[in-house]
Amino acid sequence: MSDVTPPAPRPEEVGRAGRFLFWAGIGLLVLWVLVPIWFLFVNALSAPSEVTSFPKRLWPSFDMASLQFFWNFQGVTRALWNSVKVAVLTMILSIGMGAPAGYALSRFDFPGKEFFRVLVIMTRAFPLPLLALPLAVMFIRTGLDDTVLGLALVHAMLALPFAVLITYSLFSGIPVELEEAAWTLGCTRFQAFVKVVLPLALPGIAASAVFAFVISWNEVFAAAVLTIENRTLTAFLLQSLNVSPLPLKFAGGAALVLPALIFIFAVRKYLFAMWGIANR
Amino acid sequence: MAEIAIKGVAKQFGDFTALHSVDLTIADQEFMVLLGASGCGKTTLLRIIAGLETPSQGEVWIGDRRVDHLPPRERGIAMVFQNYAVFPHLTVFENIAFGLRMAKLPQAEVTRRVTRTAELMHIEQLLKRYSGELSGGQRQRVAVARALAMEPDVILMDEPLSNLDALLRLEMRAELKGVLAESRTTTIYVTHDQVEAMSLADRISVMNGGYIVQADRPTQVYRNPAARFVGSFIGNPPMNFLPAQGTGDGRWQVAGQVFDGPKVEAAEFAIRPEDLHPAEAGLDAEVRVVEPLGPHTLVTAEVAGQPFRAVLESDRAISPGDVIPLAPIPDRIRWFDPDTHKAIQ
Repeated sequence: MSDVTPPAPRPEEVGRAGRFLFWAGIGLLVLWVLVPIWFLFVNALSAPSEVTSFPKRLWPSFDMASLQFFWNFQGVTRALWNSVKVAVLTMILSIGMGAPAGYALSRFDFPGKEFFRVLVIMTRAFPLPLLALPLAVMFIRTGLDDTVLGLALVHAMLALPFAVLITYSLFSGIPVELEEAAWTLGCTRFQAFVKVVLPLALPGIAASAVFAFVISWNEVFAAAVLTIENRTLTAFLLQSLNVSPLPLKFAGGAALVLPALIFIFAVRKYLFAMWGIANR
Repeated sequence: MAEIAIKGVAKQFGDFTALHSVDLTIADQEFMVLLGASGCGKTTLLRIIAGLETPSQGEVWIGDRRVDHLPPRERGIAMVFQNYAVFPHLTVFENIAFGLRMAKLPQAEVTRRVTRTAELMHIEQLLKRYSGELSGGQRQRVAVARALAMEPDVILMDEPLSNLDALLRLEMRAELKGVLAESRTTTIYVTHDQVEAMSLADRISVMNGGYIVQADRPTQVYRNPAARFVGSFIGNPPMNFLPAQGTGDGRWQVAGQVFDGPKVEAAEFAIRPEDLHPAEAGLDAEVRVVEPLGPHTLVTAEVAGQPFRAVLESDRAISPGDVIPLAPIPDRIRWFDPDTHKAIQ
C-alpha cells in the first residue's frame, strides 16, 4: 500500500473560503450595528400608522407626523435644552480637568504615575447604580440635587477617564523637542504650550470634548436618579416611556442617537488613536 | 560675545551618574565638539548648558553671568536638535521668525533677519512651505537658520547631522563649518562621529563614562591621546596597543624588539596603524586579513598574540599567512600606564 495523502485544497480555494469568511464576518458586524439604527429611523420618519405595520418599508415615507408629535410633546424641548446644558458643562469640566492631567502624564515623571493611570481607569470600574444612592444623599445635602451642575459633575466623572487618556496619547504624540525648542527661543513653559503644543493638539482636544459631550448626552441612569424637575432628554424619555405611544418612543430615540452618531463619526480618528490603533 | 565656563558640574539620574564633576572652559567664538559614544554624558552636558536639564551640582557661566539657575530663554543660547524640531504648524518663515517674535522685534527687523539667514542657509525659496513639505536636509537648514536668526551668544547643536544620509551629511558639514565660522558664535557641538569632530572642531572634548578624558585641538587629540581610551576611540582603525617588558633604564622590550621609552615601573606600548612601515627588522606581524582600500591597504594581523592593524602603501603584495616585520616611526610611539590608562609623557 502506498501512502495516500488526501488531496490538499488548492491555495486559491483556501483563499476564496477565507475571503468569504472575512466578508461574511464584516457583513454580520455591520448589520449588527446598522439594523437597529435603520429600524429606528424608518419608524421615526414614517407616519404613526405605519409604525405598527408589517412588512417594513426599506426607505421611510418621510412623514414628519411622529417627529412633530414628539417635538410638541409636553416637556420635550425643555428636556432637550437641559441635555444640551449638561452636556456642554460636562465637556468643559472634563477637558478642563482631563487635558492638564493628560499633559502631566505625558510630560512629567512623578512618583505614583503608573498607579495614577490605573486609578483613572478604575473610576469606570464602580457601577453607577452603586454610587447613585450615596451621591443622591450627598447632592441633597449640598443642594446639588436636581441641578444642571450636579448632573454635569457626575457626567464629567464618567467622561474624565476618556478625556485623560485621549489627551495623554495626544500630547505624547507631540515631540517634547518642539517644546524645548520653543523654550530656547524665548518661551516660558506656558507660552510654549500655547504657541506650539496647543495648535498641534487642538483638533484632538476638540475630539475628546465632543466625546465627553456624547457620553453626557447618552447617559441615562444618573440623569434619572439625580434630577426630578430638570430632566435631561434621556431621563425624560425613560420616565415617559411606558406612558407614551410607540411613535413618540421612536422619534425620541432617533433624536437621541442622531447627534451622538454624527459626533462620533466626526472624531473617530482620535478614538482610534486612543486605543492605540495608528490611523494616520 | 561669550566664554563658557563649566565648573564642577555633575548630574545624577537616580542611582545613575551621568556626569562626574566636569570642568571645561570654552573660549569666545570657539567651536567645541563634545565627542563620545552614546551614554557618555555628552548630550546631558549640552542640555545642562542649554538649561533643559538642571545640574545636580556645579556652576555654568556664560560670559560673566552664572546661568545654571536660569531658564533656557534667559541664557542667550540657541539650540539645534537632532530631530530638527521644526514647528509643523508654522511656515518656514514663521519658524525662523519664532524667536524674534518672542523677543518682540519690530516687523522690519524680523523680515530682515529671516531673509538674511534664509539666504545664508539657501532656503529662501522655501519660506512659504510647511515642515511636512520639506526633506530632512531642508528641515535641518531651517533649524540652523532659526538658531542663527536669534544671533545668540552660544549655539548648541545636538548631533545635528546624524539623521541625514551620508552624502548630505558631508555636504552639510562643510557648509555648517563655513556658516558658523562666519557668524563668529561660540558653538558647542555634540556628536559620536569622530570624523565630524575632527573636521569641525577648534577643540574636541572626548568624553567617556561621564568624564571629560581629554579636551584639546583635534591633531593633539589624535597624535597625543591623553588616555588609552582616546587612542582606542579616535582613529579608524584605532591605535594598536602591545604589552611591554621593562629591561631597565628606560628600555622596553615589545614583541622581541627593544624601544626607548619612559623611565617608569610599567608601561604599555602604543602606535597608530598608519605610523608603521615594512622594514628589514620590526614587530613581526602575522597577517590574517588584507583589505585593499585603494590609496592604501588595511592589514589585520597578530603581533605576539595581540590583534594589530597596519595601514600600508598599496604597492606591496601581502597575503594572509605572511609574516612581515613592521617598524614603527620612533617619534610616533606613545606609552600608557597599564594601571591608570593615562599617557606617560
